[in-house]
Amino acid sequence: MAQDRTYTKFLNELGDTTRFTLRFFRELFKRNQELEEFFRQCYWIGYKSLPLVGITALIMGLVLTIQSRPTLVEFGAQSLLPAMVSVSLVREISPVITALICAGKIGSGIGAELGSMRVTEQIDAMDVSGTNPFKYLVVTRVLATTIMLPVLSNLSNAIGLYGAYLGVNIRGTVSWHLYWTQVFNALSFGDVIPSLIKTFFFGFAIGIIGCYKGYHSSKGTEGVGRSANSAVVVASLLVFIIDLIAVQVTDLLGLT
Amino acid sequence: MKNGPVIDVHNVHKSFGENHVLRDFSMTLAPGENLAILGKSGSGKSVLIKCIVRLIPFDHGTIEVLGEDVNVLDLDALDVLRARVGFLFQSNALYDSMTVRENLEFSLRRHWNADQRKKGAEAVVLEALTDVGLPHTVNMMPVELSGGMRKRIALARTLILRPSIILYDEPTTGLDPITSREISHLIVNVQQKYNTASVIISHDINCINITSNRVVILIDGTGYANDTYANLRNSNDPRIKDFFD
Ligand SMILES: Nc1ncnc2c1ncn2[C@@H]1O[C@H](COP(=O)(O)OP(=O)(O)OP(=O)(O)O)[C@@H](O)[C@H]1O
Ligand SMILES: [Mg+2]
Repeated sequence: MAQDRTYTKFLNELGDTTRFTLRFFRELFKRNQELEEFFRQCYWIGYKSLPLVGITALIMGLVLTIQSRPTLVEFGAQSLLPAMVSVSLVREISPVITALICAGKIGSGIGAELGSMRVTEQIDAMDVSGTNPFKYLVVTRVLATTIMLPVLSNLSNAIGLYGAYLGVNIRGTVSWHLYWTQVFNALSFGDVIPSLIKTFFFGFAIGIIGCYKGYHSSKGTEGVGRSANSAVVVASLLVFIIDLIAVQVTDLLGLT
Repeated sequence: MKNGPVIDVHNVHKSFGENHVLRDFSMTLAPGENLAILGKSGSGKSVLIKCIVRLIPFDHGTIEVLGEDVNVLDLDALDVLRARVGFLFQSNALYDSMTVRENLEFSLRRHWNADQRKKGAEAVVLEALTDVGLPHTVNMMPVELSGGMRKRIALARTLILRPSIILYDEPTTGLDPITSREISHLIVNVQQKYNTASVIISHDINCINITSNRVVILIDGTGYANDTYANLRNSNDPRIKDFFD
């Protein structure tokens, strides 16, 4: 019985989210684009997350290199270190870590912001003044996350690879030039493009979930907290699900 | 339509689950009229005016605003209609991440008439702020304002679109008696200057006395009484007397 209710709630939520997403696409192509707000959101989303994304990427590159070295040394293959690390960074670690950080930082930010606007009736006020808050608040934010996440993920790739360079040079020396030659020889378009494409989906999922949770926040301060919280949880989970689907698709397309 | 009512609420029913808030409620608002709706807390006054602008859906009945049935309009047409109906929230609902100027300019982004376009946004904003007596606050944030000032700014934000109808949700609640009186007179001034029709929700008898031409008393989800302030004041019905003691 209690389980029944949980399923019903889950399915309702799923239906609502789908409807919300469809509405996003409908509103996207309507007149009156809110360009100014869109650029403001891009700036905030990119700017606010860049330091965190950068530091994490640097550390991930460094740590991954240091930890992979002993295994490769065992097989006498330590010259493969840059190649191995770069492929795992670009294909998987950078995009997913960036997306998770953004789910935490941006997703909760959007959830809380829209949630408190909902609770204090500011969204209703936009509604009754005939200004279409969906277009102003939701469309701009979802577009901004969709576009900024690939940008952040690429920056994270670059910084992570630099971290790996430092890691390689802690023990042993590989020149700057040789390191990058090895990295670029190891990477093919089949590594970079699918990983780039999936970051668009990560960004979209983070934006849509954050906006949905905030926009449909229940009344009260507690509702705002819950929106922010569940935005993070659901968005993080979705990042992994999208990642899983993406790996299957690239596999099927023979891009591995 | 010229002489017909600007708002016609007919047999509207609204319930939240088992809680029947409005039961076949009807009322009309004539052009240029100030109608007060009086009712206890929780009697469904806010729900009623939110139904009028379709912020919340109602179960059955019809609501016509400026001759249009709000339930059959599509979203774009609804936006156009909503721009002609001002709504002053009980909580003011100022956009707290924007300055006063941005708050006022916000609704202009979609709906401003040729006359306003010619004057420019700055002049229009200042004119609305002058109407409520706060032109100096134009660069302030909502958190920096007092409760009474916020109410005035919210009113200015409503006025900037030159609405034909203004719905006030408890404009004086939570303010001291002097400020309440000022706000009440402001409502009357606005009504005279722009010739709007208004619905004023309140349980503040003084405010209703100053502002209203007619009073509807909302009890148990229906219009219990519908008369002028003076007549209701002298009524012997105990349920009406309750409000005036
Ligand atoms: N979103 C909602 N969900 C469920 N019930 C609601 C909702 N909004 C209002 N109600 C219920 O409707 C009834 C009327 O509420 P409303 O806000 O209209 O009261 P009110 O007359 O404006 O009171 P007040 O003078 O205190 O503002 C209340 O019993 C309230 O519980
Ligand atoms: Mg109310």
